[in-house]
Amino acid sequence: MEFIQVEDMSHVYYPGQENEHAALKHINLRIKQGEFIAVLGTNGSGKSTLAKHFNALLLPTSGHCYIDGLDTLNTEELWQIRQQVGMVFQNPDNQIIAAVVEDDVAFGPENLGVPPKEIRQRVTESLQAVRMERYRKFAPHLLSGGQKQRIAIAGALAMHTKCLVFDEPTAMLDPIGRTEVLATVKRLHEEAGITIVYITHFMEEAAAADRVLVMDHGEIVEDDTPAKIFIKVDEMKRRGLDVPLAAEVAWRLRRNGIHLPQDILTNEDLVVALCR
Amino acid sequence: MPIEIENVTYTYMPLTPFERTALRNVSLTIEEGSFTAIAGHTGSGKSTLVQHLNGLLHPTTGRVMVDGADLAAKGKAAKNARCCVGMVFQYPEHQLFEETVAADIAFGPKNMELAEDEIDKRVRDAMEFVDLDYEKYHSVSPFQLSGGQMRRVAIAGVVALKPKYLVLDEPTAGLDPQGRERLLKKIVQLHKKEKVTIVFVSHNMDDIARVADQVVFMNQGEMILKDIPQRAFFEEEKLQAAGLSAPQLVKLLKGLRANGLDVETAAFTVEKGVENILAALRRKRNAD
Amino acid sequence: MLTDITIGQYFPGASLLHRLDPRTKIILLFLFIIDIFVFDTPLSYGLLSLFTVSLIYFSQVPMRMMIKSIKPLWWILLFTFLINLCSVSGEAFAHIWIFALTWEGLRQAVFICLRLILLILLSSLLTFTTSPLALTDALENLMGPFKRLGMPAHELAMMMTIALRFVPTLIEETDKIMKAQKSRGSDFSSGSLLHRVKSLIPILVPLFISAFRRADELAMAMEARCYRGGVGRTQMKALRITTIDYVAYGASLLFACTLVGLKVIGI
Repeated sequence: MEFIQVEDMSHVYYPGQENEHAALKHINLRIKQGEFIAVLGTNGSGKSTLAKHFNALLLPTSGHCYIDGLDTLNTEELWQIRQQVGMVFQNPDNQIIAAVVEDDVAFGPENLGVPPKEIRQRVTESLQAVRMERYRKFAPHLLSGGQKQRIAIAGALAMHTKCLVFDEPTAMLDPIGRTEVLATVKRLHEEAGITIVYITHFMEEAAAADRVLVMDHGEIVEDDTPAKIFIKVDEMKRRGLDVPLAAEVAWRLRRNGIHLPQDILTNEDLVVALCR
Repeated sequence: MPIEIENVTYTYMPLTPFERTALRNVSLTIEEGSFTAIAGHTGSGKSTLVQHLNGLLHPTTGRVMVDGADLAAKGKAAKNARCCVGMVFQYPEHQLFEETVAADIAFGPKNMELAEDEIDKRVRDAMEFVDLDYEKYHSVSPFQLSGGQMRRVAIAGVVALKPKYLVLDEPTAGLDPQGRERLLKKIVQLHKKEKVTIVFVSHNMDDIARVADQVVFMNQGEMILKDIPQRAFFEEEKLQAAGLSAPQLVKLLKGLRANGLDVETAAFTVEKGVENILAALRRKRNAD
Repeated sequence: MLTDITIGQYFPGASLLHRLDPRTKIILLFLFIIDIFVFDTPLSYGLLSLFTVSLIYFSQVPMRMMIKSIKPLWWILLFTFLINLCSVSGEAFAHIWIFALTWEGLRQAVFICLRLILLILLSSLLTFTTSPLALTDALENLMGPFKRLGMPAHELAMMMTIALRFVPTLIEETDKIMKAQKSRGSDFSSGSLLHRVKSLIPILVPLFISAFRRADELAMAMEARCYRGGVGRTQMKALRITTIDYVAYGASLLFACTLVGLKVIGI
């Protein structure tokens, strides 16, 4: 069984009521340990709902979601699941609980009942992993958005989480903050082998992933490598999405009879292809 | 007449340990009918600057003149001047409070003490402008709408004031690509058709490049550059100092140029960029 | 402006006062409050004031911050002063309209105001030198014995922690909403009382909605990090009484005894 395995999973909000809404429709999905997956989709396509199933914040209304072989419907294993899958949400202000950085990072391990001495060690390691050890004693409201998101990541790492699920972590950040967060995510994926599920509206960020899922009206409509997804420019725009700029320029150049490789995602790719 | 910002300095919480100078001696003229973009990272002072434009903040030293009236002055002239500058804050949907969409949009016009039928007309116009069907949505609670729709209601609430100048602080933040594109088009339409002077705060340089005719870079409370986009995005050092980067397209074209393709780098739309690359490739082929 | 409020703010530092166990600080604050109310001779007030000023000095909190914490209560102080000045009977030194100002009144007015000021200064000193989290931990710990009587000490402490953490966020939010509504022509500062109360609706409704949205998101973030109440929870910073705490207790007791001594000999 894969690290995350989703079988015929559906989620219906307010079942049986007037405003009943099927947010996820019969999803099947397998994510291997150590993968970096980006999830794209317009607002209301079901991305966040899907992400919240990965650490049992939401439970399937039908079907199953297995994390490391544990069924999220089995409430006895709830804490073990949440320990393995950390979440980072969009609004950095609404996920920091304590008034000092190190206390916030310690919150997870404290909940797990880790002995104080080990908590200290874990806090130090986690803050080092996101390069924030200098801000240990700071009050979170004095930090920038990107720094706050890195604190949230450290909070999950301190629980020795194997997988991080990001729900539009950069939507409220400026370009510096966005670069900061994405660099941290990439590093954790490459160096610590952490499984990443990354929801975003920024196509350039999605291009950094190994695999991209595209969601539309509660279904996974595409599941492929970034190169194969972003070559379908027309289709992506029709779904209300976009492609990285270099991919679009390459697509337009191809239509004008210029021969270019099929896997152009970044400016560098295009420069290499055109200036060989 | 323009908005004139003259040697404005602003200090938060003066005489406390938290004292912080958010603006340092900023001077800037926003001409009537222009489309000015203000860029800078968080804490650069751009939000503080725009809050001076309708008198929400008054300069610690210096002054802000709108149509010849000093905003900090008391009296009717200053009040009228403040009223002709509309302000759309970041995440404006967080300021909705009325029971229905129409009532929320009417809040501003009501405060202006307009006649009933004028208010009604403005609400209808504003809703039409943001693509919300009046019949379908006017009696719906704004809190039942999607995030993107709520944002449009909030913007309609400011548009209904019929401001002569409109300030938008990060209006597209958090929207999906489709929503971002649609809103940007609306703002351009407001500028072109309704002749509204726009002040557009953003850190999305690609958006700025497409719409603005004047670009201002802020860094640590200082205005470090004011120029037309054709020049502004090529000021490497100043961009870097402000923690900004050139639009993706400009970066791409510069990259091509640096690697030997003789391409014209001043292009702010994808179409133009592609055109430039094709022209350069043709020149290269002819030369070979 | 709203963001100018300093009450309840933590002023990070490493002074002697910062290093004291928060429980010690709470207990000693109570002791001093008792001191202030029990000993009412000029000499003991002098000693108490001297003591407070030296504590402020040791805390390394700037005097300006301390003065700012009194500022919001300025009107109450003035009012108390005037009431006492005019209402105590005795030997009058001046007459204003129907009021007789007496020496006894002046004396009492000064003392009562001094009492209030000392109270505010000492409690501000507690919040300035203790992080909110340490404060709630200490309260939870001190309330511990009542847990057996069914008091939800952990839950209360957690609620306080979160409330304190969100004070700056909500102040910022209020400021922003007020500005947004002002930009739409709202006027909060003129008109009749009814009009002013009504003009608060456009601020309060969005503020409540935002607070609920934040609460919802925060609850989710806490659950995602395995929060399930106080049972089985450990703490990184376990509270510990150290030598400086004993010294502080000793010094404070000695100080209290001196005051008692002075009272007994009647100075």
